[in-house]
Amino acid sequence: MTGIQLTPQDTIERGLALAAAEGADGCVVLVAETSSTNLRWANNTLTTNGAMRGSSVTVIATVGAGEGTAAGIVGRSSVTDDSLREIVSAAIATARAAGPAEDARPLVDGAVGADWDLEPEETTVGVFEKFAPSLGESLKRATAEERRLYGFANHEVVTLYVGSSTGLRLRQALPRGYVSSTGKNTDLSHSAWVGTATRDFTDVDALALDAELTRRLGWAQRTVPVDAGRHPTILPPAAVADLMTYLFWQLDGRDAFEGRTVFSKAGGGTRLGDTLSSQPVSLHSDPALPGLEAFAFAVARSSGGSSSVFDNGLTLAATDWIRGGKLEHLMTSRYTADLIGAPTATPDIENYVVSVDGATGSTDDLVAGLDNGLLVTCLWYIRMVDPQTLLLTGLTRDGVYLVENGEVTGAVNNFRFNESPVDLLARFTTAGATVPSYSREWGDYFSRTATPPLLVPDFNMSSVSQAN
Amino acid sequence: MYRVGVVPDIDASFLALPRQELAAAALQRARDLGATFAEFRLERIRSESISLRDSVLESAKDDEDLGLAVRVIHDGTWGFAAGVALTTDEAVGLAEQAVNMAQVSRPINAETIELADEPTYDDVTWISSYEIDPFSVPRAEKVALLTDYSDRLLKADGVAHVSVHVATIHECKYYANTAGTSYTQQRVRIGPDITAHAVAEDRFDSMSSTAPPAGRGWEYMTGTGWNWDEELAQIPGWLAEKMAAPTVEAGTYDVVIDPSNLWLTIHESIGHATELDRALGYEANYAGTSFATLDQLGTLKYGSPVMHVTGDRTAENGLSTVGYDDEGVAGQQWDLVKDGILVGYQVDRRMAKKNEDVLGTPRSNGCAYADSSGHIPIQRMANVSLQPAADGPSTEELISRVQNGIYIVGDKSWSIDMQRYNFQFTGQRFYKITDGKLEGQLRDVAYQATTTDFWGSMEAVGGPQTYVLGGALNCGKAEPGQSGAVSHGCPSALFRGVRILNTTQEAGR
Repeated sequence: MTGIQLTPQDTIERGLALAAAEGADGCVVLVAETSSTNLRWANNTLTTNGAMRGSSVTVIATVGAGEGTAAGIVGRSSVTDDSLREIVSAAIATARAAGPAEDARPLVDGAVGADWDLEPEETTVGVFEKFAPSLGESLKRATAEERRLYGFANHEVVTLYVGSSTGLRLRQALPRGYVSSTGKNTDLSHSAWVGTATRDFTDVDALALDAELTRRLGWAQRTVPVDAGRHPTILPPAAVADLMTYLFWQLDGRDAFEGRTVFSKAGGGTRLGDTLSSQPVSLHSDPALPGLEAFAFAVARSSGGSSSVFDNGLTLAATDWIRGGKLEHLMTSRYTADLIGAPTATPDIENYVVSVDGATGSTDDLVAGLDNGLLVTCLWYIRMVDPQTLLLTGLTRDGVYLVENGEVTGAVNNFRFNESPVDLLARFTTAGATVPSYSREWGDYFSRTATPPLLVPDFNMSSVSQAN
Repeated sequence: MYRVGVVPDIDASFLALPRQELAAAALQRARDLGATFAEFRLERIRSESISLRDSVLESAKDDEDLGLAVRVIHDGTWGFAAGVALTTDEAVGLAEQAVNMAQVSRPINAETIELADEPTYDDVTWISSYEIDPFSVPRAEKVALLTDYSDRLLKADGVAHVSVHVATIHECKYYANTAGTSYTQQRVRIGPDITAHAVAEDRFDSMSSTAPPAGRGWEYMTGTGWNWDEELAQIPGWLAEKMAAPTVEAGTYDVVIDPSNLWLTIHESIGHATELDRALGYEANYAGTSFATLDQLGTLKYGSPVMHVTGDRTAENGLSTVGYDDEGVAGQQWDLVKDGILVGYQVDRRMAKKNEDVLGTPRSNGCAYADSSGHIPIQRMANVSLQPAADGPSTEELISRVQNGIYIVGDKSWSIDMQRYNFQFTGQRFYKITDGKLEGQLRDVAYQATTTDFWGSMEAVGGPQTYVLGGALNCGKAEPGQSGAVSHGCPSALFRGVRILNTTQEAGR
């Protein structure tokens, strides 16, 4: 690739101008600049690290196709002035060769955002300025105290620019970070885990994470075998996020309408309006949630049941998916909203909060209130077994503990579970306060979650796993 | 080489990029800054994703990822940096960033990085086995073919909806290191996913093609390596039978597992478990570790004596097949499990060097790779395959040996624990076997086992006539997460006494 590297704004302006000159009826150009840095460690030493910059440019050209409109989509990891012409031409040619798109709608109107001219934001290894020394110290301390630490710290900033032939010029920069750390005793017979999301690493102390791992490994000094079966089980916020993220991804309106998901009504249509839980539980997304900020407008590089490339730039409003236990909304584009008869489009939003009205207290408080049962750390390798009930299988990981008379009294074996998060919303008996959470299973790419701890009286541990 | 007919060339537009110039600038800068080893990758990955829903094009997208990366060993510590601008300034800057990364990391690195020796390969070229570059076929022609496939299903009785998705990937790579190796490599792969859905008053279900992703070109979609006409004609009937099938009675059964299902069990319970980085704990915080620890090499009873599993990066049409890996190591084949005993691992150059005494060989078997220029090469999966018995039985013969059992076809749901012991799989079709004969489908079936128990219960493997190369395009590993494509060949096989669950009961219904 030769030619001059362009700024995101120039890429968009030139791309739109080229598309107009070549006869496209409409065009949307998305430019995402990504900057990331990470540290990874195992066996108390650093194993890999990196500082990466990435870029992606997506051109969506639209042309008239009979009585409809066709779209052509071409994406590249970076462009120059020379290659941009090629990409725009390819997008238009693809659109001209395609039939009318079923999801075609007028491109979203808009204006130039106040921060449009700003450069992409960047992160560097300097973001670990405070964290790296405390990590180094924790690794030394773990070696001295005969523990082994394994983990990963990642920070990234994505700056997204969206421009359209209808005047839209939007920019938003979103930082995201997380740290996930596993501790094991030296004979590797027990493990513990902690994880947290962060925006800038100023609030993460590696020594404090190590202290929590040490506390949990201490619980494993007594081990108790527990058989498979339905057990009273406390799911901490991380484990609730492991399960509810999967539920969140099943909210596709078209799939439900066509009878393919747990949110389909038997005999046709969706379960919108159905009561899923008698508890006052809600599942809510809002791009402006403090600390969990997500893109404030729709971003779609391809079309599907809950998104459409024609909807790029559509303002995202706070949405209740479930409110007071009732299914309120499914994810839709403008096209699929019409298809299923929803009054407005409610596209995917990249965060969510699960909350239970009136619930207070922490995981430790739920432990204090439980006579006999299990405390899970997190869940892993979660996959769909049966979409009809949204039955998921997966495993407990890195620490399951026995709770007796309100106290953790030892560690138990791991389990395979078979459970449906939809059923769990109906069956949990106690919830704690909602807090920011980091899903072990999905948090590396979906970390903007807040969830409560839940007590489920009969969580289905299907078999024992020997993993430790 | 195994290629016949028209041999594709390395794509001219990739060869036009200033690959040697960028590599030379980066490697020289790394040397000047005191790196004892440095390697450079320039990688371009073209991908196309086409989705149809009920025979209507839902989405089609054409992507290209192009970038460069430098990895160094400086003061015994790794450093890595990646970027996108194809200029010598960027290449030099990345070498500087990689060295800086190594310096920043040095205080928390307790291990001096050393690499296993590998012969050098000077300016060599390797191209995977395929006939038609998918990117040379007009989009409209592809969509027309997929629309036809979709129509055939949609018009059949009992099919309410049809989903079609095809992913194609064309990957070009230039690699050079300070030891003197440089290569240019081109690989093509394709992954079709075709599913028919049925919706009844009280339930819904689906039936998918069992065509695996393959290291092939567009010829795969038109009948080379897969009989689409035959399978598409059968899917509606299979789906209707499944919708009407009785639910399974949970219990213990003998099972015959078809290669279309068994490949995934191999992937999860052998492929990942014999990755040495997992056995050594490097993945403990993410993908997990392995029960098959290094101290058990040569003694661990992995399965029954009929179990022979190989690792390779050489199988024709294999998704993990390469000429050279991302550390400049040539593709090889070796044993992982022989006569039921663990005898080998998948390794990279660092682990090969550090563990050469235990492994009994000083050489890496070429299992280091990244999913793109933006990511660090890690120890990654080879094609891991269960070998057939030379004069082994047919699938029908295996079924004939079962009195009360289930024949399992096609993959669907999968899950395994962090140490690769406890797994649970479902499938596309489950046939009741009574007195050696198939008696129609069952539904709501999952099988659950512990890895060594399961492979220990393998009584017989089928012959070469039952062998199929399955695989996945989307294996996840590492932090930051990387996606990998890998194939697994296997014959049909007979297992005694496997736990079968009823998934409806598991859901508490």
